[in-house]
Amino acid sequence: MERQIIGKNVEKIDALALATGQPVFTDDINLPNTLHIKFLYSPHANAIIEDIDTSEAEKLRGVHMVLTYKNTPQVYHTTAGQGWPEPSPYDTCMFNQHVRFVGDRVAAVAADSEEIATEALKLIKVKYNVLPAVFTPEEAMKEGAPILHEENPQGVYDYKKNLVAHIEVKAGDIEKGFKEADVVVEHTFETQFAQHSPIETHATISYLDENGRIVIRSSTQVPFHVRRIVAQVLGIPVSQIRVIKPRIGGGFGSKQEIILEEVCAFVTMKTGRPARAVYSREEEFISSRTRHPMKITVKIGAKKDGKFTAIRMYALSNTGAYGTHGLTVASNTGSKTLPLYNKAPNVEFVADVVYTNLPVPGAYRGYGATQGYACLEQTVDMVAEKLGLDPIAIRKINHIRKGETSPIFEALGEGREGVVQYIESEAIDKLLELGAKEIGFYEKWGKKIRNGSKVRGVGMSLHMQGSGIPKIDMGSATMKLNEDGSVNVLYGGTDIGTGLDTVVAQIVGEVLSIDPKKVIVYPSDTDITPFDKGAYASSGTFISGSAVYNTALKLRDQILEVAKEMFGEQDSKDYILKDGFVISERSGKRVSLSEMAYDTFYVKKQKQIMAVGSFVSESSPPPFAAHFVEVEVDEETGIVTPIKYVAAVDCGIVINPELTKGQIIGAIVNGIGYALTEEYKFGENGKVLNPNFMEYRIPSSRDIPEIVPILVETYEPTGPLGAKSVSEININGAIPAIGNAIYDAIGVRIGSSPYTPEKVLKALKEKNK
Amino acid sequence: MKVHYKINGKDYEFDIHPGKVLLDVLRENGFTEVKGNCYMGTCGACTVLINGTPKTSCTILAAKINGAEITTIKGIGDILNPHPLQKAFVEKGAVQCGYCTPGTILSAYALLKQNPNPTDEDIKKAIDGNLCRCTGYVQQIEAIKYAIALLKEGR
Repeated sequence: MERQIIGKNVEKIDALALATGQPVFTDDINLPNTLHIKFLYSPHANAIIEDIDTSEAEKLRGVHMVLTYKNTPQVYHTTAGQGWPEPSPYDTCMFNQHVRFVGDRVAAVAADSEEIATEALKLIKVKYNVLPAVFTPEEAMKEGAPILHEENPQGVYDYKKNLVAHIEVKAGDIEKGFKEADVVVEHTFETQFAQHSPIETHATISYLDENGRIVIRSSTQVPFHVRRIVAQVLGIPVSQIRVIKPRIGGGFGSKQEIILEEVCAFVTMKTGRPARAVYSREEEFISSRTRHPMKITVKIGAKKDGKFTAIRMYALSNTGAYGTHGLTVASNTGSKTLPLYNKAPNVEFVADVVYTNLPVPGAYRGYGATQGYACLEQTVDMVAEKLGLDPIAIRKINHIRKGETSPIFEALGEGREGVVQYIESEAIDKLLELGAKEIGFYEKWGKKIRNGSKVRGVGMSLHMQGSGIPKIDMGSATMKLNEDGSVNVLYGGTDIGTGLDTVVAQIVGEVLSIDPKKVIVYPSDTDITPFDKGAYASSGTFISGSAVYNTALKLRDQILEVAKEMFGEQDSKDYILKDGFVISERSGKRVSLSEMAYDTFYVKKQKQIMAVGSFVSESSPPPFAAHFVEVEVDEETGIVTPIKYVAAVDCGIVINPELTKGQIIGAIVNGIGYALTEEYKFGENGKVLNPNFMEYRIPSSRDIPEIVPILVETYEPTGPLGAKSVSEININGAIPAIGNAIYDAIGVRIGSSPYTPEKVLKALKEKNK
Repeated sequence: MKVHYKINGKDYEFDIHPGKVLLDVLRENGFTEVKGNCYMGTCGACTVLINGTPKTSCTILAAKINGAEITTIKGIGDILNPHPLQKAFVEKGAVQCGYCTPGTILSAYALLKQNPNPTDEDIKKAIDGNLCRCTGYVQQIEAIKYAIALLKEGR
């Protein structure tokens, strides 16, 4: 099929508004009479609030409400904005009497100004019964450890052991697989707490509409889940709530959580006044969400020819004080990694997800796969070394191919059983070859090129992810034709900066053969647009895009039907849409979409040409990516500097190359930060010691290497116009590829990320002992 | 207390609390194109030009710069008449979520005023204080280089 609109660099439709500072974000509108909300946080990692006295705070002029566990709904729910029934435990209340980490919410003040609210917080007197705390999963699982959730939350595996979830899936006979192997390698790797760090922090404003319904304008990735969960917490029907998603200043998973919305809505419901809550950068670090740190052990058995006989992965996940996304992130650690090496007939994945008295991990780009690949892709290199194979060769022997499946697909989904899936598009060998060529892998690998104290090395890693959650994620759209041949598209999807609205305009433009500028896209407003699960699980283009594609096809059918009537012909099988016209190839008759709309609005057969469509997927087609990196390790300082980073990516048909490139590079740089500098530092009492960009270092423009994205197109038959996802996968490469490159350079493996100078120097010292 | 500024070429007088930082004064008075939140001068989202020099408005006391000339992103171009830098950011895929974009463009604008022929290193240095979590900077740097070409052509 000839592509007209997709595959082109259509300008991002909201880019000029953003580049010129139009008031498009949540907090850019300022409602009169707004109450400003500020929070009081627990200074203790584990404590029961014995007494809380808010009377002095309430007396302060300008204070209208002080919220605590005493006067807010004690409805146990999950803050995870996931589909329903929810896979995360119901272990959170708006305010808890039992506070479980330094940063857990104790109270909130709603006042006429932020200054008054902040002042009032100081007047709240709290008496805590401080309890012993646990900070590692190992401590938390020990006999006699403090129980974090004594209420035995719905959805928790074993609350007495602080065990939120336990996952065990098996295929084949794992012990037999290891016995058959000529070499067996086992490797353990630990990943750290990290923050998403979108530059816009969490922000919500709420107000009553003229009929007394609550309107929530929020920086969220999941408007429809916000509506459902706020209704649950407040005990009111969803019909009383409208959630509007304005432009979002980045999310990366952190805004897949209901954190401020229910508090704002409650204040508005109780006072009738607009309410506003905006997290500071510090609050973002201590009280929003983080990435699940994991300790992962991978054991691989392989024959002399390189073929894997068995893979076992064990993941121990720290889910902090609350279990949001605990089960599903850990599920993905196995389900998004192990099928990549389907040549191993014997596979086992086990995971434990454990509460501790630390900040709360949630969804974060990569979603467990990042952690899984950090360990798996270094272990694969270790096996290759033992067998005398190179890293690319061993992957070529073992990777999954088009037409193939893996038993893991069926055994393990997101928090429940998965679905049988066959790979329908795949270009891994090409990714490996092109990536290796671009970095000069075979010219550099094993050469340890030295310049004084600096040694260069190269490393690589291979990845897959998914596109949406099969049989769960649904998206839908409506669209209608206007007098000038333009089309309004209302879809439930949530562009959070990725460019999804533009992709949608291109899909509609392609199906109807109209200029994407004539596609007016209106995303996710729960009153106006139909449902969509939201922006997560790499589902934007695949799920929301497919919903739009299906709807555009229906609109197209209606257009052809009307054309048939207008042409006075019997059937429309020879009709084509071209540049805003319907043309009968048989009779040569033509009508523009504009004329058609005038005709159906005002003249004949009067009706609105309008369609509604939905999409739910039976599968989650994985994109694939091969990452290559050249690093320089300074043996004197321990500093690791990436010199060049290459990502060869198969995401199916590329709908917009420039936007796709942006997703790839952005994820790589986020990954590099996670691999080299980004980590939470905690005090002995569990307090975050570095809750700011001064001490928590995310990459700046001067920290980036040369980055080369290579797009290798395949055609994914289950995706819209052949597309798969690209948003998450490229964050997964930096830890393993850089880890493998460090090994290539200096011959040491560092057991945990980030690869800080201290760890590199320590590893070198041990090696030279 | 009262302060006077020239913002984007127009004169303004605000009655402010002496403890307020410029970012808050600007946003409260409708200049919401100035973004912010870190209040430490570390993210750069709140960058404005003060007498032509890029500064983080979250770390400047509004009272201290009474009489200053302030330029926000709307001062260099708006949605109807965008500046070549704004056009270049749009065209080169350098705008994702867009939250950092106004600050980054203003830093680049100040650089190009001083040095119309910057090297890649000069560009990286100029926007070093404008953190971006979406783009990975590559397309931003490409956009700034493209804007230099546009400016030379007088577009």
